[in-house]
Amino acid sequence: MSEQKPGWRELPRGAVPYKSTEEYETGDWGVEYPEIDRSRCTKCMLCHFYCPEGAIKVREDGYTEVDLRYCKGCGICAEECPVKCIKMVLKT
Amino acid sequence: MSDLTLREAAKKTDLLAPGHRLCAGCDESIIVRMVLKAVRGPTMVTAATGCLEVATTIFPYTAWRLPWIHSAFENAAATASGMEAAWRAMRRKGRGPLAKYETLDIVAFAGDGGTYDIGLQALSGALERGHDFTYVLLDNEAYMNTGIQRSGGTPHAAATTTSPAGHVIPGKREWKKPIDEIVIAHEIPYVATMSAAWPMDVMRKARSAFEAEGPAFLHAIVPCTRGWRYPSEKTIEISRLAVQTCIFPLWECRLEEGRPVYKLSAASAAIARRPESKKPVEEYLKLQGRFRHLFRPERRDDIIDSIQAWVDHRWQMLLEKAGF
Repeated sequence: MSEQKPGWRELPRGAVPYKSTEEYETGDWGVEYPEIDRSRCTKCMLCHFYCPEGAIKVREDGYTEVDLRYCKGCGICAEECPVKCIKMVLKT
Repeated sequence: MSDLTLREAAKKTDLLAPGHRLCAGCDESIIVRMVLKAVRGPTMVTAATGCLEVATTIFPYTAWRLPWIHSAFENAAATASGMEAAWRAMRRKGRGPLAKYETLDIVAFAGDGGTYDIGLQALSGALERGHDFTYVLLDNEAYMNTGIQRSGGTPHAAATTTSPAGHVIPGKREWKKPIDEIVIAHEIPYVATMSAAWPMDVMRKARSAFEAEGPAFLHAIVPCTRGWRYPSEKTIEISRLAVQTCIFPLWECRLEEGRPVYKLSAASAAIARRPESKKPVEEYLKLQGRFRHLFRPERRDDIIDSIQAWVDHRWQMLLEKAGF
């Protein structure tokens, strides 16, 4: 028996979505995850713009950081990094 | 425009939250994130039915960090018109929740199915009435959401599930509909094409579209990893090749004294100045599985040449319009 789903009385009016997708972590979709070698990073921030998830954030010091809770492992950042300092690593 | 540099834009919070269920390597969310980084202030968004709409608002979750309204497949432009008219009415009467906003950026996102085919009459009507909104066409060149059916935006010879490539028919037989010319014929203030490979160009054009007095139309090429059949990490490379091969040139068109004035953007203007740097369209085609039948089992030079001739013809027409 599956869990009891809310009936129409409990649902919000017009079935308006009321939760942020931030609560839905898509990080387990991917097979690989990106690893940034900060010694070669030039802080160009292209990976931040090219990330389809918005999972790559820019830190205070200008370096980027991947939020692995959401990264789907598409590999665009590793492919497009101009200095190739991002590497895709197989999840183990 | 001073706040619109890569460094400043990177610090802005994304208005599209992570955790949406678009495919890994989807270009739609890249374009949406860039466009929403260029907003001036209060913004409202509507989206026509399509991948973006179904993947970002799966009940009870929403990925939008701003007011978002659902619309049906055919009426994204009509919904945006209504939003703009409501805001103007509240401004005029001086009451209502939107009355306090001096500017309001209204953005309609729609796919190629919701623009080329199903939503064309709503778009045409909204452009004719002259509502002040921005329409972003996310052109992934087929109905990807329902399983890759051909649309008016599908290019010639592309294999889709309703125009499959076989022994007799090599994919779609018709050519891509020239939507930009159709939109420019409505004499609206701003039309531009954009590709995610140039983030600054996308944000600058989005800002120009928001600032334009009246309707603005942005046409983005959006490679689809599932429908175009390529590995997910090649998304940006393919959007870049689309521009470098001139199958999807980057330009903007403003209405000046009643005439459309074309201007090539940096990436395409560089090719116009140095024609030898224009890449053959084959490089763009052979990365994509939907054109695989042009290369295997035997090479179909006749079709590749006809696509190249079409690209050259369209590029030459654009150069003449842009005054090169």
